[in-house]
Amino acid sequence: MENDTAVLVHEVKKTFRLPHEKQNSIKGLLVNWYHRDKGYEKQRVLQGISLEVKKGEFFGIVGRNGSGKSTLLKLLAGIYSPDSGVIKLEGSLTPFIELGVGFNPELTGRENVFLNGALLGFNRNEMAAMYDDIVKFAELERFMDQKLKNYSSGMQVRLAFSIAIKVNSDILLLDEVLAVGDAAFQKKCFDYFRELKKKHKTVIFISHDMNAVREYCDRAVLIEKGEIIAAGDSDTVAKEYTKLFLESSGSSQSENGARWGSGDMFTDAVKASVDTKNVTIDVTYTCKTDITEPVFGLTILSPVGTRVFESNTKWQHVKTGAFKAGDTVSVDWQLPNIFTNGTNYVSVAVANTDATEFYDWWDEATTFVVDKDEVTTAVTLPTHKIGVHKTNA
Amino acid sequence: MLRMSRILSKQNRALLSELVRTDFKLRYQGSVLGYAWTLLRPLFLFAILYVVFTRVFTLGKDIPHYPVYLLLGIVVWNFFAEMTAQSLGSIVDRSDLIRKIRIPRWVVVLSASLSALISFLLNLIIVAVFILLNHVDLLKTMAWLPLILVEVYVLALGVSLFLSAAFVKFRDIRYIWEVIMQGAFYLTPIIYPLSRITSHTFQKILLLNPMAQAVQDARYSVVTHQTATIYRVYDGGGYTLIPFVVVIVVFVVGLLYFKKESRYFAENI
Repeated sequence: MENDTAVLVHEVKKTFRLPHEKQNSIKGLLVNWYHRDKGYEKQRVLQGISLEVKKGEFFGIVGRNGSGKSTLLKLLAGIYSPDSGVIKLEGSLTPFIELGVGFNPELTGRENVFLNGALLGFNRNEMAAMYDDIVKFAELERFMDQKLKNYSSGMQVRLAFSIAIKVNSDILLLDEVLAVGDAAFQKKCFDYFRELKKKHKTVIFISHDMNAVREYCDRAVLIEKGEIIAAGDSDTVAKEYTKLFLESSGSSQSENGARWGSGDMFTDAVKASVDTKNVTIDVTYTCKTDITEPVFGLTILSPVGTRVFESNTKWQHVKTGAFKAGDTVSVDWQLPNIFTNGTNYVSVAVANTDATEFYDWWDEATTFVVDKDEVTTAVTLPTHKIGVHKTNA
Repeated sequence: MLRMSRILSKQNRALLSELVRTDFKLRYQGSVLGYAWTLLRPLFLFAILYVVFTRVFTLGKDIPHYPVYLLLGIVVWNFFAEMTAQSLGSIVDRSDLIRKIRIPRWVVVLSASLSALISFLLNLIIVAVFILLNHVDLLKTMAWLPLILVEVYVLALGVSLFLSAAFVKFRDIRYIWEVIMQGAFYLTPIIYPLSRITSHTFQKILLLNPMAQAVQDARYSVVTHQTATIYRVYDGGGYTLIPFVVVIVVFVVGLLYFKKESRYFAENI
């Protein structure tokens, strides 16, 4: 193990024995005594995973549901033991894979903070010292003496996250923490991520959100059917991940949102980049048959799901041209950043000339996060001026 | 094997105390008298037994302070019964923790056992009250009581570790254990004095059970020296060590089995 290695995983294999019929009774055991194993089906969840994470690296693990990435995470966290192979860790590791483990609905917020803290390795004195900080970060000052069952799910997540970030381990495991909470809270999460990056913490980040992976991860691996099928910089891996969904073409349910269409023209990738002034959406397509004058469309939803922007080449009278099977097409959209803080959702579509038949409609194909220094409760906040004058002088 | 420094690390102690605390908080939640029930419950229970066994049945006429003698036996037995019953399901009941966080698995069983231990110590306070009310002479041998209780605790812990690990795989264990405990209750001289058993050989066999030996020794050291202890029944000799050997064997087997199985708790639950 080299000096700058934080996590080394070598040829790790894990198989689950799935009983055909749940066999946790003595009778089941006796019945199957002679023909043992017959009642089981072996499921190879991980078939020889090797990877190395350097110290200070933000490392992504991506994969579809059921690919084995959660099992890998549990192995890393020490919750499962591997059948064979080695996992070496340099430094301490966060022991949990989910926020708010052990939260009890019958206890108050305050009691849950101490209980959860103890599970993360803090005693009562240490927790008491951090308590005010935690409550303040979670913005739950008024609710701490209420039972947890009276909290909204968003409040619970906020409380859990606020405790979890107090864990000062060398290596952090983060699993889909972005998927929860409202826009304001997501911003806090992203701030926390940036801080981790600044402090050069070793982070293992597991996500479906390719934009977050692209933005934060230095390197990543893609797991499919228990094997690493792509490894390298996060951009490359994110592309490979998107490709996985192309293979299962036609009408399909994507990870991000609903997707349907004939597949005559297929959306390969949707990439959003954003700064305080502008938003650019790049969409690339591949033609499966010859197509003339397709219509390209774009819809953007605000963090709370309001339709803020919708347009297409037909409405804008943009000539799109003719394409042959195998052609790849790139469409870029440039618009001013009129969007509000939080995660905005991008849906893309391509249809025939009259927009009567959809080749590929992809809801929430990607997202982008806006983090502007402005306050509004409305859908958008256009540039404006406010003049105030005393008029009785 | 587990090292002592790691077992009692700051983190593990914090976790243990928090789990025990939570357990007590939840147990008496919503009741008006709350924690007072930890003392009231045994008090009422014992008062009933006291009346029944001094007024209705008079099995132990020949034994001085029979009600207290009986009470002590029941309290020690209940400690063993409650601790094993509570620990048995402890791992499965906390599957939320087992599956989602890396904590030493034995901490969960130990916290269940400590909850039972605390209830037991509170029960002992009530027994002490009855001892005073009955004007029992305070015996010097009372100093032995803690050692006897350590023996019972170690035995119960060994059994608890084994049962809690086995319960993850075989859910029949709970019912099997209930039946075993019913039988064992009558095979242990708790509600009847050992002297009532006429066959001397049978007395000897019964006393090889560590619980019988511990209950009798506890009565001897606290209530009356007229108790038939294993030492007295066997008249000394090597046989008197058998219950202690059983305790050690049970504990080691329980611990090793738990250690072996605990690696797979998260996937088997």
